[in-house]
Amino acid sequence: MSTLETTASLQKGFAVPRENIGSRVQKKSRKIDRENRETVGLQFVDDPRMTCRAVNVFYGEKHAIKNVSIDIGKNEVLAMIGPSGCGKSTFLRCLNRMNDTIVGCRVTGEIRLDDLDIYEKNIDVVPLRAQVGMVFQKPNPFPKSIYDNVAYGPKIHGLAHSRSELADIVEDSLRRAGLWNEVNDRLDQPGTGLSGGQQQRLCIARAIAVRPEIILMDEPCSALDPIATATVEDLISELRQHYTIVIVTHNMQQAARVSQRTAYFHLGDLVEVGHTSRIFTNPAHQLTEDYITGRFG
Amino acid sequence: MNPEFSTSTTAQVLRSLPKRYAKERRFRLLGLCAIVLTMLFLMVLLGTIFLKGWTAFQQTHIRLDVYFDPVRLDVKNLANANYGALVRDSMQRMFPDVEGRSNRLQLNRLISSGAAFTLQDMVTSSPEIIGTTRSLWLPADDEVDMLIKGHTPRDVPETIRRLSDQQLVWIDTLVEDGRLEKQFNGAFFRNGDSREPELAGVRGAITGSFYTLMVTLMLSFPIGVAAAVYLEEFAPKNIFTDLIEVNINNLAAIPSIIFGLLGLAVFLNFFGLPRSSSIVGGLVLTLMTLPTIIIASRASLKAVPPSIREAALGIGASKMQMILHHVLPLALPGMLTGTIIGMAQALGETAPLLMIGMVAFIVDVPQSLQDPATVLPVQIYLWADSPERAFIERTSAAIMVLLAALLIMNATAVYLRNRFERRW
Repeated sequence: MSTLETTASLQKGFAVPRENIGSRVQKKSRKIDRENRETVGLQFVDDPRMTCRAVNVFYGEKHAIKNVSIDIGKNEVLAMIGPSGCGKSTFLRCLNRMNDTIVGCRVTGEIRLDDLDIYEKNIDVVPLRAQVGMVFQKPNPFPKSIYDNVAYGPKIHGLAHSRSELADIVEDSLRRAGLWNEVNDRLDQPGTGLSGGQQQRLCIARAIAVRPEIILMDEPCSALDPIATATVEDLISELRQHYTIVIVTHNMQQAARVSQRTAYFHLGDLVEVGHTSRIFTNPAHQLTEDYITGRFG
Repeated sequence: MNPEFSTSTTAQVLRSLPKRYAKERRFRLLGLCAIVLTMLFLMVLLGTIFLKGWTAFQQTHIRLDVYFDPVRLDVKNLANANYGALVRDSMQRMFPDVEGRSNRLQLNRLISSGAAFTLQDMVTSSPEIIGTTRSLWLPADDEVDMLIKGHTPRDVPETIRRLSDQQLVWIDTLVEDGRLEKQFNGAFFRNGDSREPELAGVRGAITGSFYTLMVTLMLSFPIGVAAAVYLEEFAPKNIFTDLIEVNINNLAAIPSIIFGLLGLAVFLNFFGLPRSSSIVGGLVLTLMTLPTIIIASRASLKAVPPSIREAALGIGASKMQMILHHVLPLALPGMLTGTIIGMAQALGETAPLLMIGMVAFIVDVPQSLQDPATVLPVQIYLWADSPERAFIERTSAAIMVLLAALLIMNATAVYLRNRFERRW
């Protein structure tokens, strides 16, 4: 069976409703060979918010992302997993052009947000980043008050027309981030004085204060303790009602808990994409299985 | 685990321990020595300056009963009146039995020639004192001052003494009468430079330094910060910017006298700015300080964590907003520290200012940026060159003033750094 046919047939296979997956697991299907780096699985969805086609990223000579094509569906949580240095963060940063800030970074291919090619020459990154928010690995609140942290985005984008409107946005964002009850009596205190988990939720509040449509999260829980992680995960599940979320994580349980689809990256290749439940129960690719069973990573 | 192996390791470790500890002790001792040595040198330096200079803050004064004689003071022509004669009359009245021209001359030499100016100022500001007698403390001549302070010996043959035996007798009489004593030397802080040590002060030099540094600060801080921000945040990384960077680093190492020559050629000869003025001094020092400020500012911009930049960009701040709202406030303490250190360096700079004529003998306190001026270090240089004994202590006193100014600037730098430094 040629590679192409394999991919096609597997793709067809993944269209099988989820309840059937269990039976496939028992069949112990043969995995795709480790050397084959063609993407397998459910790359494309019916109503995508973002579509990425043949994306390549180079850091100078280094080919960091190799020919990745994937859709990001509306109101879904897409988890990106993979061993360290596999390019998942790099790919995430392509989605709101944060890679622009890195000297020597070059992106080819096409990434569309709805119908807009975000890498087109005359695209302004400022509105793009307002639309595609980002939460970083390490909580990075500004060394300002909690209120100013959240209010900064709406202020620079002119989202609030009055002081009270701004205060409403701040309160709403903090509520959605599940932080309001903890900080409403000390909004004027520095955001850097909060605990790690609170800081990360403050960063999430800051990101959603500019009303983005898509939120990118780059290992948002890697610096947090389990309880703070659980809070943030609950928050992600809740945010899914209104936002499309792409999350990079090292924690496979986390990916399984919060995401609907999971993408597995390996050394710059997007190896496999699929429904989260299937990826973790019956991966189609040998590399994916190796990773989720802990053979490396 | 093999117990033999373990014990032999322990034994080896124990054997090597004394040697390791000895090494550590030697290293600590060496460091201590270095510290002690530097402290010693510093103490010797500051100690000698203080011991030599503190007496300059006092000045011997003589109390004269001055009669503002209406005969000598023509109300219509006060500017040309002979005020020196008033002083001489007063001296004469104190020692009425002094006969002969040369003796009188000797007597009059005990009081400073500046005393006449004091009287003139008094009469000009309030002419109604004409006709009255006032008891005034007027500065004694610097030779008297030196003798009273013990800087010149009195038990040497008259021929090698600056004061004659007769003058010594008069001085002793004055001391006994309570008419001669050391008082706070206000003139040192009130006056500009003078050929007479007892009249010379640092006011002109302090004012000149202040104006010069103001010009330097006003120009070098904004230009330096702008250059640093552009180079660090906006400039593309290519050969051209690398070249600029290398040259900025080189500029910081160029001997300052060369900047003086440049200032002479460009600001004085080409642009025709006034010679010896604070504005030219400030411009030359700006050239010198700029590299320091640029380098310090770039370093503090680099030290702003990238996470803060990403946070700002991530919520859609433009590059300018990221820099103005987040990066600059965080980098500012470092920039201020660098600037103040640069300013302190500029305050102590002498060589380039010699080239643009700030080494001239300037009596008047400068009133504007275009006035001829001198600065503290140049004043120190000038006084150190003067032959009068009294200028030795004034040189040290001026050094103390300069050091105090430097100390204040550095303290400000530390304060600003602690005040504005934010944690992230």
